[in-house]
Amino acid sequence: MALHFELVTPEKLVRSEDVHMVVVPGTEGEFGVLEGHAPFMSTIRDGAVQVWKTEGGAPEEIQVRGGFAEVGDNGLTVLAEHVEG
Amino acid sequence: MASLKELKGRINSVKSTQKITKAKQMVAAAKLRKAQAAAEAARPYAARLAEVMASLAGKVSGDSAPKLLAGTGSDQRHLLVVVNTDKGLCGGLNSNIVKEAKAQARALIAAGKSVEFFLVGRKGRAPIRRDFADQIGGGFDTSTVRDPGFAEAEAIASELIAKFESGSFDVAHLIFAEFKSALAQDPLTQQLIPVPAPATASESGAVVEYEPGEEEILEELLPRYVKTQIFGALLEIAASEQGASMTAMDNATRNAGELIDKLTIQYNRSRQAAITTELVEIIAGAEAL
Repeated sequence: MALHFELVTPEKLVRSEDVHMVVVPGTEGEFGVLEGHAPFMSTIRDGAVQVWKTEGGAPEEIQVRGGFAEVGDNGLTVLAEHVEG
Repeated sequence: MASLKELKGRINSVKSTQKITKAKQMVAAAKLRKAQAAAEAARPYAARLAEVMASLAGKVSGDSAPKLLAGTGSDQRHLLVVVNTDKGLCGGLNSNIVKEAKAQARALIAAGKSVEFFLVGRKGRAPIRRDFADQIGGGFDTSTVRDPGFAEAEAIASELIAKFESGSFDVAHLIFAEFKSALAQDPLTQQLIPVPAPATASESGAVVEYEPGEEEILEELLPRYVKTQIFGALLEIAASEQGASMTAMDNATRNAGELIDKLTIQYNRSRQAAITTELVEIIAGAEAL
């Protein structure tokens, strides 16, 4: 019952964890990804990726710049060129 | 036969050289670990990007493919991006890379193509300028930063892509040394632009939805892929430099040790010979009285 979330930059693997939901700032609008999301790929704009560890909890924000997000069978992968914080 | 004083001077000079090579070897060993860790940390991103590229490139092909993937339609003008280190003391690493670059250039020229060089790193400039002074089209200086990172890769990539879009070359190859182990670093030539079509990944069957569209994503992905390739080369060269340096300095330290031993024996022998001569003289003098 969890979404596998990976945040990768060229320098390192920043995050690899199971979370409840992630909201990604896509170029054509923000989208939330829950477990079992259909395969999907989108470029992202500069902004904050919001990570909900648990349902109803407070989101954690990670600033990312340049990259794209991919949702596959094995969860969500965000490839970002720069990550702040 | 060198005098005792000269021998002593040589021993001392070799000893201080040995101290330097030993220090450099230890520094390289420590840095190698860091460089290797950095190279490993960069792998997940590169692997993911290559995967996505493969699945996209298979879908977008034909006329609609972006120029970076399809190329300009000609292969007359080649650009060789040669990545060298900024510092020496790393054995034959740089000369091996330069040799590879020159071999590639000669092969291309023999095939009737024109060749231009783009040099990254300080140590490749002089030897390439010697043979191909007119073909050096530009370069990037990485000696201003301590560890070339993604920012440098970005700068190099955007310069190359700008050159490509302004039509100053058709094909670009990246030449660098691949880090295999501390003992082996092999020069490697990789096609950079147009981005080589990756082997199409086996489709998982799932229908992937793209936003905005497949072509737009691919167009954004290609420069990123070029950046990642250059970043990978920078990391490889950093690890290779430290590995080669460690090996070369280990050899140098050992050679210095052997030389010191040899000189010490020579020094002791000539000292003993001097003492013996003196004794013989004294005895002979005493007997003459």
